[in-house]
Amino acid sequence: MCGISGILNLKENAPISPDQLRVMSYALKHRGPDEAGAYLDDYIGLAQSRLSIIDLSGGSQPIHNEENSLWIIFNGEIFNYPELREELIKLGHKFYTNTDTEVILHLYEEKNEKCLDYLNGQFAFAIWNIKKKELFLARDRVGILPLFFKLESNKFYFASELKAIFAVTDESPKFDPVGFEQIFTFWTNLPGDTPFKDYKEIPPAHFLKINFEGKFILKPYWQLQFKKENDLKDFPVSEINDRASELLTDAVRIRLRADVPVGSYLSGGLDSSGLTAIVKKKFNNELRTFGISFEEEAFDESSFQKLMVNYLQTNHSEVYAKNSDIGKYFSDIIYFGERPVFRTAPAPLYLLSKKVREENFKVVLTGEGADEIFGGYNIFKEAKIRKFWSNNPDSKLRSKLLKKLYPYIFKDKRLFNTLEAFFKVGIDEPDNPFFSHIVRWTNNSKLKNFFSDEFKDQIKDYNAVDEFLLKLPDDFDSWETLSKAQYLEITTFMSGYLLSSQGDRMAMGNSVELRVPYLDHRLIEFMSTVPAKYKIFGLNEKYILKKVFQDSLPKEVLYRAKNPYRAPIRNSFFDNNDFNTEDILSEEKLIQSGVFNPSKVKLLLQKAKKSNSLSELDNMALAGIISTQLLSEHFIASKKNFNIDNYHFKIFFDNRTNN
Amino acid sequence: MSEQKYSDLIRSFIVDNFLFGDDSQLKNDTPLFEKGIVDSTGVLELVSFIEENYKITILDDELVQDNFSSINSIEKFLQNKLNHKNS
Repeated sequence: MCGISGILNLKENAPISPDQLRVMSYALKHRGPDEAGAYLDDYIGLAQSRLSIIDLSGGSQPIHNEENSLWIIFNGEIFNYPELREELIKLGHKFYTNTDTEVILHLYEEKNEKCLDYLNGQFAFAIWNIKKKELFLARDRVGILPLFFKLESNKFYFASELKAIFAVTDESPKFDPVGFEQIFTFWTNLPGDTPFKDYKEIPPAHFLKINFEGKFILKPYWQLQFKKENDLKDFPVSEINDRASELLTDAVRIRLRADVPVGSYLSGGLDSSGLTAIVKKKFNNELRTFGISFEEEAFDESSFQKLMVNYLQTNHSEVYAKNSDIGKYFSDIIYFGERPVFRTAPAPLYLLSKKVREENFKVVLTGEGADEIFGGYNIFKEAKIRKFWSNNPDSKLRSKLLKKLYPYIFKDKRLFNTLEAFFKVGIDEPDNPFFSHIVRWTNNSKLKNFFSDEFKDQIKDYNAVDEFLLKLPDDFDSWETLSKAQYLEITTFMSGYLLSSQGDRMAMGNSVELRVPYLDHRLIEFMSTVPAKYKIFGLNEKYILKKVFQDSLPKEVLYRAKNPYRAPIRNSFFDNNDFNTEDILSEEKLIQSGVFNPSKVKLLLQKAKKSNSLSELDNMALAGIISTQLLSEHFIASKKNFNIDNYHFKIFFDNRTNN
Repeated sequence: MSEQKYSDLIRSFIVDNFLFGDDSQLKNDTPLFEKGIVDSTGVLELVSFIEENYKITILDDELVQDNFSSINSIEKFLQNKLNHKNS
């Protein structure tokens, strides 16, 4: 995996300096520490920081076509590249490397933007077309890899992470109140937006074209599409299982393509255990696995990991996540993640990728996406129960099903009435497109109570949920409740949080590439045609996936209760010598960033100091406010100076006329 | 103890702990659960505050929504309970 970045002149030529490209590339060095390369002409500068995984010695970027008229920089992997390459050779294309990068370039030469339909992988890339003076950028279907941009009147900037653009633009970035209204609703931005004003992200499954004249196109090339409820074919479960199993196995097979060894994360849950079993049994008997154990018992799943390690006999390494370490690295995870977070769960994953790197691994498989694609989350089951309840809202029995779902929060009998009221939000609107998520978003939105009056004034009447409503697919209303919930979950939380703040950015912070077999688009497309009743059978989640793994996993793992992956919040931020909460939340710094009301934060701080069993909402507030303050410190309060004295491009193509 | 006293204390606890100082939306008859001001963990915080402050124990069957639905209903509940205790 890698970091890519660049600057395009618009309408008039202004010199782009090699140093600007070096700064951008250096800012992304964690994504690609192995080497760097650049291309520069009168119109554009492209830079790439490379983590070498395929064609280690010959794959330096930028890469060009036969006649040097197309130049590409690429972050990611195209897993079906050998097959595509063969086809392209038959069509007469000449290759000078063995990389997937060059395959994209020739495919683009052949098909223009239609090339994207053929790619199976995780990617963000930029192609400069000299003849058309046009830049083409694209991002994978579900947003596994990031790509940001900023459009100014006479310059266009892009980069894998915002910090590279911040490093070369004059004006320091500002928080975008609209972006924060989104984040404090969905835990992330709506696709395309960021926490920073005028900084945008290419949404998943989109491409962007911009030429020297400033002509700008941003378009989707793929849609996450579910079938209309009435169009779903009822096919036998065994057929579904066979097809899902076949696709998943192939998704894993092509994700093991690399010129370096590929390891696997193993949490002890169904998804990562199943993946590991496929690799171990079908492809690699020497598999290395990596997992996390927690100091706080409530979060620890290592007994299931041990069980799986013994069962599959993998060579396993474990990282022990202490509360103090979670606090210690929290500032780093915000630096790499570039968005506020409401949990500390990214921190242990950062520690895990650190461990992977220390063990000399660059690539690992991970189980992300299984819950979204196969229907694993409690929020899906919750929607099913609430829908059932909404048919008779006065029923005293229907709501009791929620107890089955959340036995741990319903264990105190006295709380039933309060909890029932909590889940009853929106029950009178079963046809609301956001029916499944309204409870969660309403709850998240309570945190906006901490915004300062000035910040609220800037948000004005903007409402993130209303904007999302306008962006839903045309036939959304005709989908099943579960399909709708899956769509909402995938487009917001999965792409914008799990795959970024908790995924790519935590791995790349330590120069590790994640590969995500469950998000192979063939599997996504197939599972979107499977009726909800098979994905969640009664209240049995991931029914199909359990069937797929029936013979390859021990019963304890197959039928265990699902535990959300979490990490301690309050206890990581207090009584920790490596984390100064009081300083980060000082009145002066809160006033400086301007997002929050200092006196409210002070009361929260007092409450948190006293109590070691904070409510869910208070914990979220704490993480959200601290991370926002850290984000401000890293990127707004002062400009980071990168010292590039000893940083050089391994290859540098200089095509400037007056050079 | 006058009627007003319970309400004031309960109110200031709720404002400080659940609304972090912002009392603009809170009236004494505002429904605490429906408006999401007090959640399930909040109920326990509120109960232990009342128990400590008034040196009483709130029984399981007293912890029903009727008694805790608003500041006014907590007031009424405490009046009954404490009068009963003192008599």
